[in-house]
Amino acid sequence: MTPPDPRPVALSARGLTKDFRGFRAVKDVDLDVVDGEVHALVGPNGAGKTTLFNLLTGFIPPTAGTITVHGRDITGRTPEQIAHEGVARSFQITSLFDHLNPREHVELALQGMAGGGLRFWRSDSVLRRFRGRAEELVEEVGLADLVERPAGELAYGQKRALEMALVLALDPKVMLLDEPTAGMGREDVDRTIALVRRIATGRTVVFVDHNMHVVGSLADHVTVLMAGEVLARGTYDEVRTDERVITAYLGEDSHA
Amino acid sequence: MSSPTSTSDATGTGAALAGTGGFLGRSRRGWLLVGLGLVLALALPWFVYPPVAMDIACWALFAVALDLLLGYAGLLSFGHAAFWGGSAYVAGLAAIEWGLPFPLAALLGAVFAMALAWPVGVLSVRRSGIYFAMVTLAFAQMLFFVVNQWRGLTGGENGLQGVPAHFFGVEAVEDQAFYFYYAALPIIVAGMWFAWRVVHSPFGRVLVATRDNPARARALGYDVERYRVLVFVLSAGLAGLAGGIFAISHGFVSLQEVAWQTSGKVVLITVLGGIGTLWGGIAGAVVIVLLEDFLASSGFDGIGIITGAVFIVVVLLFRRGVWGTLSDLLGRRTGRSHAVERSISAGDGEEPTA
Repeated sequence: MTPPDPRPVALSARGLTKDFRGFRAVKDVDLDVVDGEVHALVGPNGAGKTTLFNLLTGFIPPTAGTITVHGRDITGRTPEQIAHEGVARSFQITSLFDHLNPREHVELALQGMAGGGLRFWRSDSVLRRFRGRAEELVEEVGLADLVERPAGELAYGQKRALEMALVLALDPKVMLLDEPTAGMGREDVDRTIALVRRIATGRTVVFVDHNMHVVGSLADHVTVLMAGEVLARGTYDEVRTDERVITAYLGEDSHA
Repeated sequence: MSSPTSTSDATGTGAALAGTGGFLGRSRRGWLLVGLGLVLALALPWFVYPPVAMDIACWALFAVALDLLLGYAGLLSFGHAAFWGGSAYVAGLAAIEWGLPFPLAALLGAVFAMALAWPVGVLSVRRSGIYFAMVTLAFAQMLFFVVNQWRGLTGGENGLQGVPAHFFGVEAVEDQAFYFYYAALPIIVAGMWFAWRVVHSPFGRVLVATRDNPARARALGYDVERYRVLVFVLSAGLAGLAGGIFAISHGFVSLQEVAWQTSGKVVLITVLGGIGTLWGGIAGAVVIVLLEDFLASSGFDGIGIITGAVFIVVVLLFRRGVWGTLSDLLGRRTGRSHAVERSISAGDGEEPTA
């Protein structure tokens, strides 16, 4: 009964399955993310990575299976409840409020955790109590100079950095980052790797990425998905040399 | 010396508002606009027939109430006549049966509208877009049916006749539309202030976020449906306040107040004026009520054709409505408010994946 890793499991899925009108996007997936590790989900397009993310964060309900966070069953909870359980996610498609500036974004996120958003009778100047912390977080992701700029006017890499600040604002135990470096140039990718490494201290991170440089630099463990199923798992080096993974990525002929 | 609240930091604080160009920016220009609006409101019955001035004020508050929902939460209700008209009947009955002074009768109507809006909101906010509009329309039609059938209470097709305007025995107010207007105006203005308070509250900020990007708001821990139900109830309360005053100022309540045409008219006024600004509803009400009055008094039959045509022209030529276009001409819009308008018209703020 002793687990192979002495550290407790932060995020766990058992038999997770999702059907979309007869198409099984995620099939019987077991996942164990150890507390404090950085865990990568990889796999070709259509492998079910984003569906798995949406399941883990409550955006879609599973057809079967259970999800636990630090031992608590969160299956069937809504996204906002899961956020309050300390699981925060970023979005693959940059998903921001165009008219709010970075500080206001983070203030909104801080208030979301602190509560009090329903107070329609108060002036929004009560949000000023979040200002100091908001500015710290904006600075932490490298947007200190752009604190007043509407998000609609930020460059792509800056928007992705702001996504990170929003995730951090929730002070989550578990962070799920959906393709944090998608569409980035080399320089932004390296900056993001450094950022994720910095914010991962003391937290559990699960991320999806296609860039093997990113996966190799960040991940303690890798789970490879293929057509909705777990194909392989292990450290980056184990997975990289796994025959089935090579076949899945490169096709049958490549190692003939 | 004039306004102690205005700050020299006009851009900074103004820019901190989560909403959208707003009704009262916290800038000197915002206060100027409010002052100008109040002066015009006070002068109105000197220039237009007082009952028409009262109609303008009531429809303006009704449109502001709808804008709270449409402009800030992105929810198009096509059943707001239920709250305006439902309150009109309650206020009318309270005035007839209990002899309540009209401000209290209207307030009672508003409370009734909110109580009605709570279950309707809970059941309709699960839908958005056209489905939300249809569900709200369906509930409003149910109320129309009840009001039409319950003749003993509502008078059916005849409506409620002889609604008295009690006002603590002040005869000038009770008998003359001119003075009634001044007694009712503070309530209308208070209703508009309330809408402004809601927009510029922590709640208002979250509301705009749920409008622009509900999935992101959920991921930040906000229960989006709860926010939508609350704004629906608040909007219904203001619509009810306006409807109650409207009914008492006319001295009768007609079945028209709960009919779908009334829901349509307030949408038309709000969109014509420009959504997401609060001021737009006021501008729209001035244009439409004055136009209808002019057409009716010149004996023209097809009022709907003209107001419909004006609506089409405004929507096609000035996509952001009368108020949005006026603000543009005055150079008041910033890049920031344009971003808001874009996100409203595009329906989302998403970028294509690279």
